Amino acid sequence: MRVPRLGLTVGAALVVVAALLPYLGLHIPAVLPGTLDTLDSAGNLSILAVCFVFGAVALGYDVLFGYTGLLSLGVVLHFAAGVYVFDIALTDWHWSLGAALAVTAAVGLALALVVGAVSLRVTGIAFTMVTLAFAQAFYFLIQDNPHGLTGGQDGLALSTTRLPSILSGAVSNTRSLYWLALAFLVVAGALVWVFIESSVGHVLVAVRDNEARAEVLGLRPFGFKLAAYTLSSLVATGAGVVYLLLIGTAVPDAVATTTLTLAIVVMVMLGGAASRGGAVTGGILYWYLESLLVKVSGQPSFATLPAVVRVPLSQPQFLLGAIFILFVFFVPGGLAGLVARLRARRAGGRLGPGVPVGAASIVARLVPTRSDKEAP
Amino acid sequence: MTIFLSLTFAGLALGAVYFLAASGLSLIYGLMDILNFAHGMFMTLGAYAGWDLATHLPASTPSAVTFALEVLAAVAGGALAALLTEVVFIRPLYGKPLSQVLVTIGLDLAVVALLLGGFGANSLSLPVPLWFLEATHVGSVLLPNADFVALVGGVVVLVALEWFLRRTRFGIVIRAGVENREMVSALGVDVGRAFTLVFVIGGAMAGLAGLLYTAVFTGDLLSPLQGDGLLIFAFIVVVIGGLGSIRGSAVAAVVVGLLQDYANYYGGQHAGFSEIGNLSTVLLLALVLEIRPRGLFGRAT
Repeated sequence: MRVPRLGLTVGAALVVVAALLPYLGLHIPAVLPGTLDTLDSAGNLSILAVCFVFGAVALGYDVLFGYTGLLSLGVVLHFAAGVYVFDIALTDWHWSLGAALAVTAAVGLALALVVGAVSLRVTGIAFTMVTLAFAQAFYFLIQDNPHGLTGGQDGLALSTTRLPSILSGAVSNTRSLYWLALAFLVVAGALVWVFIESSVGHVLVAVRDNEARAEVLGLRPFGFKLAAYTLSSLVATGAGVVYLLLIGTAVPDAVATTTLTLAIVVMVMLGGAASRGGAVTGGILYWYLESLLVKVSGQPSFATLPAVVRVPLSQPQFLLGAIFILFVFFVPGGLAGLVARLRARRAGGRLGPGVPVGAASIVARLVPTRSDKEAP
Repeated sequence: MTIFLSLTFAGLALGAVYFLAASGLSLIYGLMDILNFAHGMFMTLGAYAGWDLATHLPASTPSAVTFALEVLAAVAGGALAALLTEVVFIRPLYGKPLSQVLVTIGLDLAVVALLLGGFGANSLSLPVPLWFLEATHVGSVLLPNADFVALVGGVVVLVALEWFLRRTRFGIVIRAGVENREMVSALGVDVGRAFTLVFVIGGAMAGLAGLLYTAVFTGDLLSPLQGDGLLIFAFIVVVIGGLGSIRGSAVAAVVVGLLQDYANYYGGQHAGFSEIGNLSTVLLLALVLEIRPRGLFGRAT
């Protein structure tokens, strides 16, 4: 494990640059996702802030997927819970900010423990399906608009009367919200870092790589897996809170769909599973690309393209799905795996331990009983 | 009582569609360890294939013939999509189940997005015979004709599938492969061909499920997202029934369909409970997992 030191330095440098971005009135044509070409415009900053939110979600998810080897499809349940509980407390119940945060944290923790404990009764693919079903149940629940709390399909716009003015979502506050999102990403990153480097994190990797061996050593995998599930879910819940402050409204089709779940899996795989820097990069990059593609396909010149080009290009999910397939085939370790391979080649050595190799390394425990045909 | 009977009938019809969707998933998982997310896409493509064929028929075609051809197109479309998926995307990744699952996720995202771009979210309507919209008196109970169609489709496929799996050589290879793949390979049977075959069978059933779902349950409206919606319930059915078990899928499909229908009617009348039917299926899943983690008919590992 000598990689982290360089990673930490690079990460810290990037955070400093990101924190200073709102002061740099850089003019960058074409590649910015907002409507204006200046980096510090409210549109660009708020899209970047959402990128940070999904960077954090992807990072939390990687604790479960990459490090623990559990393919959960329930991550949006916890994200949407953060969005909705916080929104309901502030908007429907008119609670203070502190009380709303407290109840969101409490519900988020309870949900993580209950859903995690039930889902972890099964392993492998059944775990995947069960988490998906729970997430879908939550989607149905908020669609249902129980007691008029969630606004159903139309969603629930955040009431800002109980929020300090600096967080109230006005355009002039974009900077403070941007920094809030960045700060959340840093905090989530630190939490995940400490967790993975702790003895619990090491046990998780051991369980992932060979559950039977870990059990022989006297470790009960269930508790460790539940810890990973809980951390991952709490990061998603927190991200939901920040997302709501940024976007200002909770809509089921934006925050609780299976499509979003799958997008989060794609983020982690693009960046590189079992690699903290990779997951964050994947989350940020995915959201940036999607926003950029939406902008490009909305431009008037775009409508003049022939349908055969225009239709696929107008659907970011199509392009991202296609890129994802290419990655699974040709870059299974994601961007982090690519970087590690290049670095190893430059050093003249081969891949050492601790280098992210993405999907290939986590195949074995997803299907532990049939390891005869696994890739090396 | 009358209401209860017609609810039961509608629940059985829904269960029939769930069975069509779930049994293919269960076979594919049982044989290949793949959780096939592209199954939702197969269902959607089946429905769109039926619609596409119908638009090319002359207006004078009798509606029953049109529907029969729609069914054929859906089965063929689903099977073709599944064949291509298996040969192009799954086969190069044999031995890497996680990568295979991820590829089906990417495919599903990409193809659904493409359909959304090409056809819009909810703008097409599938031509069905007027007879579907009528109802038949059975004793004192009025039963919608469309429900009969779904039910007949489900039962016919269940019988055909059981016959195929028990009486034909390929079927026996598939069943043996689900039980113990290594042993079947060791005996010199080409399991790769069985892989392609289960995908094609699963795809054909999924195509049929997509078309019947559109004709019976969505008011004939096609949506690129309908397959993914159905897929969730198919997953629930597969886990409750036990992974790899066709009979488990059949029983669980009926249970889930009935439960959803009863809960929707008796619970959904109250404000804020309109989704109780959907929710109840997830609660049932949690309950089954608590009592019997490998599902009703799942084999011990």
